[in-house]
Amino acid sequence: MRELLQIIFDALSLGSLYALGALGIALIFGVMRLVNFAHGDFIAFCVFAMLWPSIDAAAVVFAGRLPFYLLIPLLLLIGAALSILSEVVVFRRFRNANPATMMIASFALGFVIRHLLLMLFSSRPKSITLWPSLGLPVEFLGAHIPMLQVVTIIITLAVLVILVLFLKRTRYGLEMRAAADNFTMARMLGVRANGVILLAFAISGMLAAAIGLILATNSGTADIGMGANVMLIAFIATVIGGLGSIPGAVAAGFLIGAASVVFQATLPHDARVFRDAFVYGAVIVVLLVRPQGLFAPKSAKQRV
Amino acid sequence: MTALAVDDITVSYGRLTALRGVTLKVDEGEILFVTGPNGAGKSTLLNAIAGVVPTGSGSIAIDGAKITGAAPEDIARRGFSLVPEGRNVFGALTIEENLKVGTGMRADRRKIADDLDQVYQEFPMLAERRHTPAGMLSGGQQQMLVIGRALMAAPRIMAIDEPSLGLAPKIIDQVYEILLRLRAQRKLTLLIVEQSSTRAMMTGGRMVLIRGGRIVLEGPAAEMVRDDRLKQSYFGFGDH
Repeated sequence: MRELLQIIFDALSLGSLYALGALGIALIFGVMRLVNFAHGDFIAFCVFAMLWPSIDAAAVVFAGRLPFYLLIPLLLLIGAALSILSEVVVFRRFRNANPATMMIASFALGFVIRHLLLMLFSSRPKSITLWPSLGLPVEFLGAHIPMLQVVTIIITLAVLVILVLFLKRTRYGLEMRAAADNFTMARMLGVRANGVILLAFAISGMLAAAIGLILATNSGTADIGMGANVMLIAFIATVIGGLGSIPGAVAAGFLIGAASVVFQATLPHDARVFRDAFVYGAVIVVLLVRPQGLFAPKSAKQRV
Repeated sequence: MTALAVDDITVSYGRLTALRGVTLKVDEGEILFVTGPNGAGKSTLLNAIAGVVPTGSGSIAIDGAKITGAAPEDIARRGFSLVPEGRNVFGALTIEENLKVGTGMRADRRKIADDLDQVYQEFPMLAERRHTPAGMLSGGQQQMLVIGRALMAAPRIMAIDEPSLGLAPKIIDQVYEILLRLRAQRKLTLLIVEQSSTRAMMTGGRMVLIRGGRIVLEGPAAEMVRDDRLKQSYFGFGDH
């Protein structure tokens, strides 16, 4: 029972991380048909934004020293700003380009951000302690659950609820969903293309910042490549969920998180190092059975 | 007063020229039918006015203000609402959400609820299923929805690409009745692509015949229908 509870919390917290990442990718894909591969570098950028530029091994914490009620909004703002800047400076110019061109542009942008960080901070991972108290376990029905896991799950659920309310209950949410469904038609009904796209980028950037905070708190390090893994899995989650489907991306994020944890717990000891091979194997099986994804929206067709 | 002025526009898709110098004027509160064979450029004309396809040369003005090259959303905000061919409902959105998308740009926010009630009154089927995703509707129902959706944007000029397509005759009558009533009530200007010349004749108004990207014939709908050149144009017997 205790182990089962442990597995459930592991799965939920890892799945939360992937779901947040998948959301950030799905939102932009929805309105722009762009898979933003720079998303992982947005995550790293937000983490490094807490540090003072230096090439020492010990991080010089800068913004990271702020109390959480200032640090969190600040980082969300930085994430949103970076994301909006990317759209205005880079992606806007490729708006009518084909999806492959936009994807390459996002790779290039990712390289630029990564090498900017390299220049300022060197490639050495830095240790960073944000909220040590979150590492302490809480007792729950006999199982010891790290506080951070609980916080991660709660944050993710809160983000999901807020996002659903935004998309379903507000005018801008409605416009965003309409644009994701049929961009040209939405514009012909007065929906501002730039507004909707900027909003999607802003939200996506904030999600990247949230992931950065969780990752940094969890691992206690700031590493330039730290967003890459989440980005990869998040991208796979959006594909499995059905590109363009927001609920699908979230569900698939949780699914992959759960699969990883379950494989980790159930595979024979010697096979555990190959856990990811099993996870990706499962991904291939899913795509063979449902190439359009588990929750493909009716509007998944290409935009004209 | 001229609501819409199209002046000598050309539109090309790559090497293919779809419109070659089309000029037309629609007065406020007027109804203009656009007819012609398949591929003549009727839909291209509407899409060019809506800003969805770029024009090569020429200019377009709404109420005297140039909109050539403007973004579709800015043209919509000037009061031009297009119901394009092919029933572009937002499939994942409910009927009610579909109807509300175009109301975001309206300044008269208090009237929106009244207009919604009115659309539901005209099309009770939409009211019954207001929380159903639009993708689940039949073709005819989707056609009603897109017309209702365009009306919810409170346009002053409404362009419809083949309103009769896929609708039962009774519903077509109803759609025209609504459009004509709105035209009388709030001077709605109508630009309608219509294949049925009898329908155009019954409704009255003016008619232009497009063929090969040009306007080849123009006049009161009732007279044009009797003109042999209209038939010839359709079947390609013309001197063109």
